[in-house]
Amino acid sequence: MSVFCDVGQAVPVAVFKLTQDFNNDQDPNKVNLGVGAYRTDEGKPWVLPVVKKVEKVIAHDDRLNHEYLPILGLPEFRSSASKIALGEDSPAVQENRVGAVQCLGGTGALKIGAEFLRRFHNGSNNTKTPVYVSSPTWENHNAVFASAGFEDVRSYKYWDAENRGLDLAGFLGDLETCPAHSIFVLHACAHNPTGTDPTQEQWMKIAEVMMRRRLFVFFDSAYQGFASGSLEKDAWAIRYFVSMGFEMFCAQSFSKNFGLYNERVGNLTIVARDPDNLKRVLSQMEKIVRTTWSNPPSQGARLVAITLTTPALFEDWKGNVKTMADRVLLMRAQLQAKLEALGTPGAWDHITQQIGMFSFTGLNPKQVEYMVKERHVYLMASGRINMCGLTTKNIDYVAESIHQTVTSVQ
Amino acid sequence: MALLKTNKVISSLGNLSPSLAALSARNSSWWGGVQMGPPDPILGVSEAFKKDTNPKKMNLGVGAYRDDQGKPFVLSCVRKAEGLLAAKQLDKEYLAIGGLAEFNKSCAKLALGADSEVLKSGRNITVQTISGTGSLRIGANFLSRFHGGPRDVYLPKPSWGNHTPIFKDAGMTLKAYKYYDPSTCGFDFTGALDDISKIPEKSVIMMHACAHNPTGVDPRPEQWKEISDLVKKRDLLVFFDMAYQGFASGDIDKDAWAVRYFIEQGHNIVLSQSFAKNMGLYGERVGGFTVVCNDAEEAKRVESQLKILIRPIYSNPPMNGARIAATILNTPELYSLWLEEVHGMANRIIKMREQLAAGLQKEGSTRNWQHVIDQIGMFCFTGLKPDQVERLTKEFSVYMTKDGRISMAGVTSGNVGYLAQGIHTVTK
Repeated sequence: MSVFCDVGQAVPVAVFKLTQDFNNDQDPNKVNLGVGAYRTDEGKPWVLPVVKKVEKVIAHDDRLNHEYLPILGLPEFRSSASKIALGEDSPAVQENRVGAVQCLGGTGALKIGAEFLRRFHNGSNNTKTPVYVSSPTWENHNAVFASAGFEDVRSYKYWDAENRGLDLAGFLGDLETCPAHSIFVLHACAHNPTGTDPTQEQWMKIAEVMMRRRLFVFFDSAYQGFASGSLEKDAWAIRYFVSMGFEMFCAQSFSKNFGLYNERVGNLTIVARDPDNLKRVLSQMEKIVRTTWSNPPSQGARLVAITLTTPALFEDWKGNVKTMADRVLLMRAQLQAKLEALGTPGAWDHITQQIGMFSFTGLNPKQVEYMVKERHVYLMASGRINMCGLTTKNIDYVAESIHQTVTSVQ
Repeated sequence: MALLKTNKVISSLGNLSPSLAALSARNSSWWGGVQMGPPDPILGVSEAFKKDTNPKKMNLGVGAYRDDQGKPFVLSCVRKAEGLLAAKQLDKEYLAIGGLAEFNKSCAKLALGADSEVLKSGRNITVQTISGTGSLRIGANFLSRFHGGPRDVYLPKPSWGNHTPIFKDAGMTLKAYKYYDPSTCGFDFTGALDDISKIPEKSVIMMHACAHNPTGVDPRPEQWKEISDLVKKRDLLVFFDMAYQGFASGDIDKDAWAVRYFIEQGHNIVLSQSFAKNMGLYGERVGGFTVVCNDAEEAKRVESQLKILIRPIYSNPPMNGARIAATILNTPELYSLWLEEVHGMANRIIKMREQLAAGLQKEGSTRNWQHVIDQIGMFCFTGLKPDQVERLTKEFSVYMTKDGRISMAGVTSGNVGYLAQGIHTVTK
């Protein structure tokens, strides 16, 4: 009699199942618009040229070894990564009230932040504090906060399906009526999965309510630089909130903007009221990290730290990021143009209005199923496509597929 | 007096005037109530060591291997593997949630043995984890969610300091079974059997596969056999922590003997492995978690649930270290080189033990230091009391943890004499 005989078969994670199905598909025209990873115009993964350069630097540096990093991670990584989000000249940085925890990717940063909040926010070990995630949101947000012990993960209105844009009134309404001290997970830019971000004026309205109602700000920044091509532009919301005086968390991922997906490079940036609060918070973060992974992996963090702190390499990196962002913008423009040229029913300007890796096409589940089964174009059931999956070679086929789908299936 | 009166006035003002209190709350931090966390007992040692200016200072706290010059040691097989990998120009795409398949397979093979029936029948699931800590945490989370038995995890007394908070944070409760006998600085075999015989059925029992941390005291094979029989009788779930395979005796099969024996005896164990020490891959975070199931079908179900546990913590594990480890384990000449180097590291530790014991005798110590030689692995439980440890640190700048544990890896032929002198001075 096994101790595990009652263990049920869990449902596979959707986005990975999609790639699995794609891989098993034999159709020569197949296109994978699923997983959120950058692809070149040849449809291949891209190791950034600056990453290749820095890897060689690391390999030839005899002073380096594989010793443990400190629990909170590589110091030069933590500080340079936080500066990327907040800006080199951020007053919060000057005032020594910004700290960070190096984590395993953006997921790891969200996890450590969530664990801290569950223990210390809104009382002690208050698992009932509501955590609000956008509707829709990255499918792992819910699970991260639930896994940290939060019992009440809810959604705030965000996507207006009818008008294919931001439901600002709904969003603000939820901010006004939620319980005090609720935690809100905000996408810093390039909202996943909708690609729809608040404008600056809209962010200001959101910030005003959050400040007035004492709501906790938890930014998720997975696409800085990748969205618009500009690091500053993509960090505008984070920096605005800091300037408003919020104490807040920001989970940063370097998976996409550095192409370091499997090295698990992330940073939880903490903005506190003063250095003393920061010190105590970091001491508690250490306890949480120690029982989760003890200390983080060194390779990726070292790579990013060297890049960010070496002026020539930093310029190289910004150029590489712009290359990726520009290709995505080009595919957006071309896809919209082709759909309009085909006379595909519906409005398609949301494709160029949305930003970042993803586009919420507006295709419904039946249409998505048709795309996958009949056309071998793989996308998420939500209608989300990864623009990086588009290339000059397949964009016509994808445009035709969308056209055929929309005209055949309602 | 006036000050006291003032305080009374202020506190009563706070009671009578809620708006004042609200005002201060608005201006205060979210984290005003967060206490300073206690310093990590082991890291605190390193911090203090760094500040010390004594040229003869020794850091015997940290559990990381050092060569005879006291320097970190990057294994040649690791450097060679890195060279091979660099030439391959691999991409950086996400690994699967359960990690690099090639690594998982060879990780299991290393622990269980190439001819293991478990591997042949595919009834194990092995996932890549964030080194030993990550493996223990995933294991603890898995047990917390799926183990139908009591929530108690029985640790040997003493155990690695981080075991307790890991299981606590996963929602388990901790109990202990007798293990270390301070009067002999050895294994309390009868005490262990006695305690184990009283553990409620289906509880989880944690065992260190080899090179027990912190004591360096391991059961002998005949003792392991009796423990296995008793554990079977009590129907306990065995959780092996194997952080030092190869590093303990120098022989990877010898060090995995207890794990393999238990499996042969029919225990479906869970197992944590670390490659931090035996491959020197500390900061790359390379580890594995294995569940030995009834059959391949059960292993598939367990795998699916492990992925559900992993995804909301870190999504998928880091590639670099796992690729290095997999390359070493699967490239014959690198594997042989690795076995040599592990043997070399273990041998240096053994030599230092012998030199320390000899040194103490030479100093004229009349105490029995046999345990320094008998204990195995990186750590030695010297038997020093806290006040003696304090003197050793204050007067000799020898840094170690309060429980009297020293990391033999920090001992070199250059400083072993000084260490013997210090220990003798505080114990005579």
